[in-house]
Amino acid sequence: MSAFTALLVRDLRLAARSGGSAALALGFFALVATLVPLGIGADLKLLARVAGGVLWVAALLAALLSLDRLFQGDFEDGSLDVIALSPLPLESVSQAKILAHWLSTGLPLTVLSPLLALLFNLPGPATLVLVISLLIGTPAVSAVGAIGASLTLSLRRGGLILPLIVLPLLTPAVIFGAGSVAAVMDGMAPSGGLGLLAAFAVAACLLSPFAAAGAVRLNLGG
Amino acid sequence: MQILFQYATPRQFMRISGALLPFTAAAAALAVVLGLWLGFTAPPDYQQGATVTIMFIHVPAAILAEGIYALIALFSLFSLVWRHPLSDVAARAAAPLGALFTALGLVTGSLWGRPMWGTYWVWDARLTSFLLLLFLYLGYMALWNAIEDEIRAARACAILALIGAVNLPIIVYSVEWWNTLHQGESIISGKLAPVFLWPLLVMIAAYGLLFATLWMIRIRTEILKRRARTLMMSGS
Amino acid sequence: MSFWQMGGYGDYIWPAYGVSALGLLAAIVWTLKAHGDAKARLKALEEKKA
Repeated sequence: MSAFTALLVRDLRLAARSGGSAALALGFFALVATLVPLGIGADLKLLARVAGGVLWVAALLAALLSLDRLFQGDFEDGSLDVIALSPLPLESVSQAKILAHWLSTGLPLTVLSPLLALLFNLPGPATLVLVISLLIGTPAVSAVGAIGASLTLSLRRGGLILPLIVLPLLTPAVIFGAGSVAAVMDGMAPSGGLGLLAAFAVAACLLSPFAAAGAVRLNLGG
Repeated sequence: MQILFQYATPRQFMRISGALLPFTAAAAALAVVLGLWLGFTAPPDYQQGATVTIMFIHVPAAILAEGIYALIALFSLFSLVWRHPLSDVAARAAAPLGALFTALGLVTGSLWGRPMWGTYWVWDARLTSFLLLLFLYLGYMALWNAIEDEIRAARACAILALIGAVNLPIIVYSVEWWNTLHQGESIISGKLAPVFLWPLLVMIAAYGLLFATLWMIRIRTEILKRRARTLMMSGS
Repeated sequence: MSFWQMGGYGDYIWPAYGVSALGLLAAIVWTLKAHGDAKARLKALEEKKA
C-alpha cells in the first residue's frame, strides 16, 4: 500500500470512528431540506422551483460542517508534524485529505440528494441533473474547503471563521450547480452549467492542494 | 525586484510618505470640491434625470473597491514571494478602506437603482458581485484579526488574498451567467456624455487621492506600532 | 424645481451623498485618531527609556 492510500484509509477510518462525520452531514442535510418546506409552505410547484438551489446550499453547508477538523485534529495531537516529516509531500497529503473528505461527506450527500429531491417534488430529469451537478461540484467544495481548513488550522475557533472565508469562494459552484437544475426546469439544456461547474471543480482540485500545503507549512514552521 | 525592496524599508517609507502626504491630502480636498461643483452643475441626463448625480460617487467607490482588492493581492504576492515585511503592512492597511469603498458602492448603487427599478435591491449582476466582494474583504479582515502570531497571520492572509484574486473573475463571470439565466437588468448602459465624463473623472481622482492619503497614514501608524512593540520587548 | 429637490430624485441623491460623506469622514477621523494614539504611545515609551 502506498503512503497516499495509507493516509487516505487512515483518514476515512478516523472519520467513521469519530461519531461518523458522514452521518452527521447527512442528518444536517436532511434536516435543512425538511425545514425549508415548513418555512416557506408546502406549495409543490414552488418547492420544485426552489429545490435545486435549496438542496445545493444545504449540501454545501452540510459539507462545511466537518471541514474545520480536516487538519486540526492531526495538528493538535502532533501527528501532522509526523506526516509532514514523511517522504510524502504535503501537496499529496492535502490531496489525500481532500479525497477522504469528499468520500466521507460529498459522496454520501450526493447519494442522499435524489431522496430529498423527491420531497421537493422535483421532476425526474431535473433530479438527475441535480445528482450529476452534486457529483461534479462537491469535490470542489472539499478542495476549496481544504484551503480554508489549512489557513485556520491553528485557531481554536477556526470553525467560526472558516465558512466566512470559504463560502464566497464557492459561490460559482452553487450558481453553476443550481443553475443547471434551473435550466432543465425551464426546458433548456443543462450542459452549459454542468460544463462550467466541471471546469471550476477541475481547477479547484488541481490548484487547492498547493495552496493548502503552503498554508499547512506556514502553520508548522516557526 | 530584490533591489527595489531594499529601498522599500520602513525608514524610507516614513521619509517619502511624510513628504508626499501634505500634497496628496490637499489634492484630494481640491478634487472633491471641484468634482462636487462640476457634478451638481451638470445638466440632468435625458434618460436617468438627476439620478445621474449619484453616478459621480458610485462609480469611483466601485472602481476603488476592485482596485484596492487588486492592490492587496499584488502586495500579498510581494510578501509571499520576496518575504517583504512592509508589503504585509501595506496589504493589511488597505483592507478596511477597500471594505468601506465596497460598502459605499453598494449603498449608492442601491439608492441609484431605487427610482429606476422601484426597489432597493434587484440582484443586478454588478451589485451582487460587489456584495460578494464585500464578503471577501470581511473574510480577509477576520483572518487577520483571528491569528495572533503576526508573521503567520500575514502569510495566511496573503494566501487567502491571492486565492480570492484568482477566484474573483470566476465569481463575477458566474454571477453574470446567473443573471442572464434569471433575466436581470443593469443600471449602466450605453456611452457616457462628455458633460458627465469630466465630473466623473475628477471624482475618481478625488477618491483615489483620498485613499492614497489614508492608506499611507495607516501604514505609518502600523510602522509606529511595530516600533513601540520592539521597544517594549527590548525594555522588559 | 429647487436645487434640493434634484428633479424629484432628492430623496435618493441626498442619502447617497450623505452616507458617502459620513463613511469617508468616519474613515478619516478613525485613521487620524489611530495614528495619533500610536504616535503618543511610542513617544511615551521612548521617554520612559531615555
